Amino acid sequence: MAETLLEVAHLIKAYPARGKGQKVQAVADASLTLARGETLGLVGESGCGKSTLSRLILSLVAADQGAVRIAGADFLGASREEQRLMRRRIQIVFQDALSSLNPRMTVGVNIAEPMRLQGLGTQASRRQEARQLLALVGLRAEDEDRYPHEFSGGQCQRIAIARALVLKPDIVIFDEAVSALDVSIRAQILRLILDLQQKFGLSYIFISHDLSVVKRICDRIAVMYLGRIVEIGSSDAVCGSPRHPYTEALLRAIPIADPRRMRVENLGLIEGDTVAAAGPSGGCAFEPRCPHRFARCGLSVPPLFDIAAGHRAACFLNETDRQQGDP
Amino acid sequence: MTDGSDITLEVKNLTTRFGSAKTGVTVVDGVSFSLKRGRTTALVGESGCGKSATALSVMQLLEPPGEVIAGEVRLGGVDLMRLGDAEMAEVRGRRIGMVFQDPMTSLNPLLPIGDQIAETLTAHTDLSRHEAKQRAVDLLTRVGVADAGRRVHDYPHHFSGGMRQRVLIAAAISCSPEIIIADEPTTALDVTVQAKILRLLYDLQQAMHASLLLITHDLGVVAAMADEVIVMYAGRIVERADVDTLFHRPRHPYTKALLACVEGISDRAAALEPIQGMAPDLKDPPPGCRFAPRCPSVRDVCRRQDPRLAPYSARHDVACLLVGEEAANG
Repeated sequence: MAETLLEVAHLIKAYPARGKGQKVQAVADASLTLARGETLGLVGESGCGKSTLSRLILSLVAADQGAVRIAGADFLGASREEQRLMRRRIQIVFQDALSSLNPRMTVGVNIAEPMRLQGLGTQASRRQEARQLLALVGLRAEDEDRYPHEFSGGQCQRIAIARALVLKPDIVIFDEAVSALDVSIRAQILRLILDLQQKFGLSYIFISHDLSVVKRICDRIAVMYLGRIVEIGSSDAVCGSPRHPYTEALLRAIPIADPRRMRVENLGLIEGDTVAAAGPSGGCAFEPRCPHRFARCGLSVPPLFDIAAGHRAACFLNETDRQQGDP
Repeated sequence: MTDGSDITLEVKNLTTRFGSAKTGVTVVDGVSFSLKRGRTTALVGESGCGKSATALSVMQLLEPPGEVIAGEVRLGGVDLMRLGDAEMAEVRGRRIGMVFQDPMTSLNPLLPIGDQIAETLTAHTDLSRHEAKQRAVDLLTRVGVADAGRRVHDYPHHFSGGMRQRVLIAAAISCSPEIIIADEPTTALDVTVQAKILRLLYDLQQAMHASLLLITHDLGVVAAMADEVIVMYAGRIVERADVDTLFHRPRHPYTKALLACVEGISDRAAALEPIQGMAPDLKDPPPGCRFAPRCPSVRDVCRRQDPRLAPYSARHDVACLLVGEEAANG
């Protein structure tokens, strides 16, 4: 097994909600690991906490509890100076590349900016670095003097990727980085992301609401629902034999681009929506919508049960299985 | 042919330009198609291919400087392009219902949703305000809004994205239109919500025996919903066929490339083969075939000669010189 590069343990973040003393758990007890060279997909629908989790990991938002370790070293608990240095190892690419770039800086300066902020290199060496990165992400080195608005959405995403790589990180988090792109451009950016991973042995966390994209490029997948990771495992296991009813529902709701395999009548439909479901807690968050719910589900929150090596799901159905399966 | 009587809307040589003849951009370039009763036609393509501009042109909802400069849109023997504003307003809502991507901008934030649906009804029917409001409750129930009697008094912001889309669909079908035009109706929604909205659109279309023109960039949605598919690229139709033919025997290199980008028929994770480059700038389209600069099978002739949309087989049209050659050679 490859070395564990990132370890996220029991992260919790709650925000105050409407009503006195009310809180909403944006991220509830999230734990995961990321090995070197691996891609972990983080999927779920709007408001499931996947973006909040990425910001907690990056320490862009302060966690209420929990730990993040990068190559074994405590990141969240590190001093400001240590944290600044550790940031070089973990970078993020956002969905809206254009607004994540500084419109008043040329793309060359944009790409080199993290180096400047980290006090690395000279102006000339940073410029050289930016030119090389532009070529690496499929743009021309001469583009360095142009401004972000002169580029298309796909090209801006290439620039944002170049900027994320300028500090030579070990880990890159892509937060819906291809979601706003057209099909053909999305395929180009995914190809680029995969090629860069091969080249530099990068580890990725790929956040998306689009399970069909995640399925294609990730080694492992974590499915989130209302702040919790409800299932995690290899892509094949999670997509091939899902063990949480929410994962199953998500998979069945995705229209497949083949009319012989999927027509509208076969789309899986589940009751309710996440907004209405954020009701009284104490039980499984998916219980109000779950087609398989039973008495137990409303009483306590199911922990992640081990199903097979590396495959875990937070559903009581798996507990029964386990009891029947191996004593 | 029995087909003729089944046609609800016929679009011929529709051409839409933004800006003047000299400096303008032709975003829809000689597009022709027809919709059939009880059938779903998907208009698919990437940003800027002209699919939404086609729908807005049909509805005459283009914002200046957009302008339809040529073409006919025939609805029951009448060319909509010749109608005045008042007559066209009568067609919209009553004979053609519309559903757009962002329900928040289509709904008036200051008006309870029941009033908004009732407004469409009083504008197009003889119903009194009171009857129209009662009808709004029925319609909301029909599109799956629970407790509609109470919810008609709620404002758009009280609804989730999926529920707002249901409200919009209720308004669109309020006058039992022959045609429903849905432009990216589920693009902003989560997949589990999308599944429900697609199912609702399908059920309503079947029950009403209406024509559905579904505009989308999502090939999964196309595969699930469409009977016929029209693929657009750079303002033109490049391929048109029934859904099974289009997905399993696509002929145009662009259609093939698009299908190779998504999971579906080709479940090939390793073979993620993107199309190179990007769609042409329509201010200065390339000579010859507009897909030529990106086409993996391009030949010299493609850069000179402009391919016309031509029959490849019965009910399968393709605009590609190479495919034309192939067909001619048997």
